Amino acid sequence: MESSFLLEKLQGNFPAKIVEIPDAHNLLTILVDAEDIIDVLRFLKSDPELQFIHLTDITAVHFPHLEKEYAVVYHAHSLIHNIRIRVKVFLFGPNPEIPTATVVWKGANWMERETYDFFGVNFIGHPDLRRILNVDDMEVFPMRKEYPLEDPNRVDKKDLYFGR
Amino acid sequence: MSDIKLAEAPPGVEGAGFFATSLDKAIGLARANSLWPLPFATSCCGIEFMATMGSTYDLARFGAERPSFSPRQADMLLVMGTIAKKMAPVLRQVYVQMAEPRWVIAVGACASSGGIFDTYSVLQGIDEIIPVDVYVPGCPPRPEAILDGVLRLQDIVKNESLNRRNTPEYRALLEKYGIHTNK
Amino acid sequence: MSDFISKITSNQPIFDDNDPQDELITLNIGPTHPATHGVFQNVVQIDGERIVSGVSTIGYIHRAFEKIAEHRPFYQITPLTDRLNYCSAPINNMGWHMTVEKLLKIEIPKRVQYMRIIVMELARIADHIICNGILGVDTGAFSGFLYVMQEREFIYEIFEEICGARLTTNIGRIGGFERDFNAVAFDKIREFLKRYPPVLKEFEEMFVRNRIFIERTSGVAAVSAEEALDYSWSGPILRATGVDYDVRVQNPYCSYEEFDFEVPVGTTGDVYDRFMVRNEEMWQSLRIIEQALEKIEKEPKGVFHAEVPDFYLPPKEQVYTNMEALIYHFKIVMGEVDTPKAEVYHSVEGANGELGFYLIHDGGRSPYRLHFRRPSFVNYQMFAPMSAGMLISDAIINMSSLNVIAGELDA
Repeated sequence: MESSFLLEKLQGNFPAKIVEIPDAHNLLTILVDAEDIIDVLRFLKSDPELQFIHLTDITAVHFPHLEKEYAVVYHAHSLIHNIRIRVKVFLFGPNPEIPTATVVWKGANWMERETYDFFGVNFIGHPDLRRILNVDDMEVFPMRKEYPLEDPNRVDKKDLYFGR
Repeated sequence: MSDIKLAEAPPGVEGAGFFATSLDKAIGLARANSLWPLPFATSCCGIEFMATMGSTYDLARFGAERPSFSPRQADMLLVMGTIAKKMAPVLRQVYVQMAEPRWVIAVGACASSGGIFDTYSVLQGIDEIIPVDVYVPGCPPRPEAILDGVLRLQDIVKNESLNRRNTPEYRALLEKYGIHTNK
Repeated sequence: MSDFISKITSNQPIFDDNDPQDELITLNIGPTHPATHGVFQNVVQIDGERIVSGVSTIGYIHRAFEKIAEHRPFYQITPLTDRLNYCSAPINNMGWHMTVEKLLKIEIPKRVQYMRIIVMELARIADHIICNGILGVDTGAFSGFLYVMQEREFIYEIFEEICGARLTTNIGRIGGFERDFNAVAFDKIREFLKRYPPVLKEFEEMFVRNRIFIERTSGVAAVSAEEALDYSWSGPILRATGVDYDVRVQNPYCSYEEFDFEVPVGTTGDVYDRFMVRNEEMWQSLRIIEQALEKIEKEPKGVFHAEVPDFYLPPKEQVYTNMEALIYHFKIVMGEVDTPKAEVYHSVEGANGELGFYLIHDGGRSPYRLHFRRPSFVNYQMFAPMSAGMLISDAIINMSSLNVIAGELDA
C-alpha cells in the first residue's frame, strides 16, 4: 500500500480534517484536530482495508515557541500492509486536553499515563490517569521545556566549579 | 606445595593444642569470611553482580555463599545500580531492617554518587540516606572490582571492634541519617 | 465431602457462601524481590494462593533518559542508550546510530552493516540466555542457568575485544565502528559458534521435554493474538501467540533482507511457547552470525566506517598532525556541523520487542526531543490484567517470561 493511497482514503473519509505534513523519510504524517482524533484513530484501526491494529507509540512534544504548544504524536502500524503512519495533534497549553485512545487500543493505557506524567496532557476518559514513572506527589511536569534537568533543590554542587 | 591459601590467623599466643587471641580478632575473622550479602540489584550493576556470582568469578569463595533476600539474615547490603528518589525510602527501609552488625557496599557509580544521571529523579549517591562503608567505582565495575570491594570490606570487618555498634559515635552517625536506634 | 475434595484436586477456586475467608489479603510483591528481575512493584489481592486483582507500580529506577538526551550531543547519547536494555546493550547502541544515520541520510558500507549484525545477534543471544536461564531458575532449575552464564562470559569477552567493555558497551559510532574487529575478535566469534551449540543443546535437553518444566509452564498465562496485538505487544512474546511480526523482516534495516533465517512462531502464547520461541531465536541468531562472517569475507577488507568526516570523529593521530582532521574534530565536538531539521522514527528488533527511537531535531547540538519506544514498558502493562485469576507462582513465572528489564521499563 502506498502512502498516497492511504492519504487519499483518509481525506476521502474525513474531508477537510486531515492535513498532510511533509516528512523527509516517507512516513505519512498527518495533522488532525483534537475533536476528530478518536474518529480518525478508530477508522485507521477498524477499516478492513487499512487495519492499523498495532499501536506503536504515543508521546508528546513541547514547543514553547509555537501558539499551540503541545503536540501529541501517535505512531501506528498496519502489520498486514506493512505501512506506518504518524498522527499529530496540536493542543493549547498550559492544560492540554485530548480524548483518550484507550477506547481504540487497550495498549494506549500506559503510553498515555507516561505522556501525562511528563507533559501534563489530560486524556479525557482514561480509566486510571495518574503518574507512572515519577514520584506520585510531584506537582510539576518534568519534560516541559521550562523544567530543568538537574534537581533544583540540590545544595552540594558548587556553581563555581560548574561554570554557572 | 599446595595452591590453597588459608585465611591468615590473627596475632596470638600459640601452644600445643591451643591458640589464644583477642576476642575481637577471632570474631572479626569469623565475620569477615562469612559475609552474607543482600543483593539490592536495581540496574546494570546487578547484571555484573550476577556474573560475579557465576562460576568464573565466584563470590561464594569469599564466604558469600548464601545471598539472602531477607534483610534480617544478611550481613552486607550490596547496593548495585541507580537508586531513584522513588526507590530511596525502600532502600532505607531495607537498611533499617537489617540486624547489627551490618555493612553497606555501594557498587557502581550510580550508587556512589548518582553516576552519569545528574537528574531530578535520581538520588545522587546512597550516602545521602544510609551510611556506606565501601564504594566501588565503575560503570559497571568489573567483577574483579566488585570482588576487590568485598575484600576491602573484609579488611574493615576484621579490624572492627566488637563494641563499635554500641558506641555513641556510631549512634551519632546513624542519627545523622535519621535512623534512631532505641538501645 | 467428595465434592469438596474434587474441587480441590481439580485446582478450582473454592468460593462458597459459607466460606470463612471472605476477606482478600493484600500482598506486596516487590520492588525488592529475590528473582533479580528488576525493581517494579505489584500489589495484589489474593484469595488463598489465587490472585484476584493487581496493580503494578513502576518508576523505581526512572532516570529521565529523555530529558538528559535533550542536553547531550548525538554521540554522547550512545552511553545513555546502553543503559536502556542493559542485558543486550549493543542492540540499543546500533539502533540509536541507525536512527541518527537515517536523520543525516548517511549510507553505511556493507561490511560495517554485517559487523553490526554480528554484534546485535550476539547481544540477542546474551539477552535470551538471561531470560531463559532466569525462567529456569524461577521454576527451580538452577543448573541450566549456570551452564549458559558461562557462555555469556564468553560473549562478554568478544565484546571486550571489540570495544573494551563487557556490559554497557557503547559500541560503534555514528557512521560505523571506532576500530575494526581485529583477528582475535574474529577468532573468538568463530570459537563461539563452535562452543555454544552443544551447550545450548544441553540446556534445551534439560528443559524442553522435562515433565516438571512442562507442567509448570504449559498452559500458564496463555494469551490470544488479538489481545496481544491490542496491547501493542511485540517481540518474542507476541511471536509466541502466533503473530510473526519481526521488525527485521517487516522493516529490514542494516541488510537483514540478505540473510536467510526463520522467525519462530508459537501457538498458544503461554510461558512454554515463549521459552521455546526464545530458544529457537538463539539458534537462528547463530545461523545469522555464520552467514554474516561468510559475507564479511567477500567484502573489501579494512572498511569499518562510512566516509562522513562531518560526523565521524577522525583518528586521534590525524587530529594532532592533519589540519582538516583537527577542524572536523573541532566542528563535531563543538556541534558546529549543519544537521537537518527533521524528525525520524526508526525501530529495531530488540531482544524484547520493537525498540523505537523517535527523534525530533531542530538543527542544534542536541536533539529537540528524543523518545524511546521501549518494548518492556509497553509489554508490561498487560501484566496486571493478565494476572487476575492466576496462582501467585504462575504470575511470577509469567513475569519472568515477559522479560521485563527495569532499565528499559522506566527509562
